[in-house]
Amino acid sequence: MSIRFGLLALLESGPRYGSQLRVEFESRTGATWPLNIGQVYTTLGRLERDGLIVPEGGGDAKQQLYAITEAGQAELGDWYARPVDRTQPSRDELAIKLAMAVGAPGVDIRAIIQAQRRHTLKAMQDYTRLKARALAGGTDSRDDIAWLLVLEQLIFSAEAESRWLDHCETRLVRLAEGRPQPQRSASSQQTPGIPAASPAKSRGGVS
Amino acid sequence: MTRSPAPGTPVLELRDVTRVHGSGVAVVHALRGVGLKVFAGEFVAVMGPSGSGKSTLLTLAGGLDAATRGSVLVEGEDLGALGRAALAKVRRGRVGYVFQDYNLIPALTAAENIALPRELDGTSARVARREAQAALAEIGLSELTDRFPDEMSGGQQQRVAIARALVGDRRLVLADEPTGALDSETGEAVLALLRKRCDEGAAVVLVTHESRYAAWADRVVFLRDGTIVDESVSHSAESLLTDGSHR
Repeated sequence: MSIRFGLLALLESGPRYGSQLRVEFESRTGATWPLNIGQVYTTLGRLERDGLIVPEGGGDAKQQLYAITEAGQAELGDWYARPVDRTQPSRDELAIKLAMAVGAPGVDIRAIIQAQRRHTLKAMQDYTRLKARALAGGTDSRDDIAWLLVLEQLIFSAEAESRWLDHCETRLVRLAEGRPQPQRSASSQQTPGIPAASPAKSRGGVS
Repeated sequence: MTRSPAPGTPVLELRDVTRVHGSGVAVVHALRGVGLKVFAGEFVAVMGPSGSGKSTLLTLAGGLDAATRGSVLVEGEDLGALGRAALAKVRRGRVGYVFQDYNLIPALTAAENIALPRELDGTSARVARREAQAALAEIGLSELTDRFPDEMSGGQQQRVAIARALVGDRRLVLADEPTGALDSETGEAVLALLRKRCDEGAAVVLVTHESRYAAWADRVVFLRDGTIVDESVSHSAESLLTDGSHR
């Protein structure tokens, strides 16, 4: 969906070849979501089929200029005006993993959380490096600003995940502390983050 | 007279450091056998939940508290082996400390706040003021030179506090939640300042609970229950740009 509208948005500035669209899409988003040329031509074919763009001039698809139609501009306007849907979230592997790990025998959920926290923070460190570099290089062009916004979206998303992981750990530790300790581990440290009973209730705890 | 450390000596080293508060049933192990080396030009962030020992680590590194066991070395010098006067000299001359609540002296202007530790170390008032003005100019806050803390915003006060922590030949900068009371953009400006100083050769240790700020560091260490349990090291921007996945 985002490729379809991304290409329409680029065509609003004027007719372009497929190869140009690919380069400009990646330039605007810092190649964060690389496109292959096959995806570009497939999407252009669908946009043409739906009457949102028209080919200009002759030749095969690779040498074809495409221009946005009035219907395409209206569709693009609707896209800008419509909020991105968040009520049907895509499956999140991490949320599923933690939901499965709650109460699973032999699984140290705190270790899972820490491994993910390290990985997420590492990604944030890398994005922050790129951001500092982008800021130092100036934000004069539209591509520079667009790239900065994409980088900051990645940083804020990773930060949200990191905060959620902190929250999960705190909640699991509190839940575990509130439960009676199994006799065999009464003299040793509890296994953190693994509630002893009621997996249904525990699953609720990390949602 | 400051001796020069041997090449390759960490600017800060914690060797098997333990800090215990209280005794008997009230005993609290704030740190348990922590080892950490921070080199010149390295930016290390320390993260962990409340009570994990983050601030204790920083106060020990800054010579504001003493380890129960183990050693804290600044440029190879064991802080535990120094007398009070020598320790105070290290703190004033080689260690810059940034606090969450800025700790500026209300009765002194920005320039006077920055110049004070230099004057206490024997620098003439005139030279210290010139250094303070240069430090403020470097961070783009020359207009604050003669303003008092209550005439500045929180972000301005924190940047003045950082200028104070960086003035002179401070090679170790310790920052304890320096962004705590600041908005997102001002917090980022503070981090950019610390990053810059680090890129110029200082060793920086930042304690924070906010991952977005910790992400400015080269290395993030995770503390839990007084122990370092994990760490994360960043790639260089160059390697990220050449791997083909980012522009």
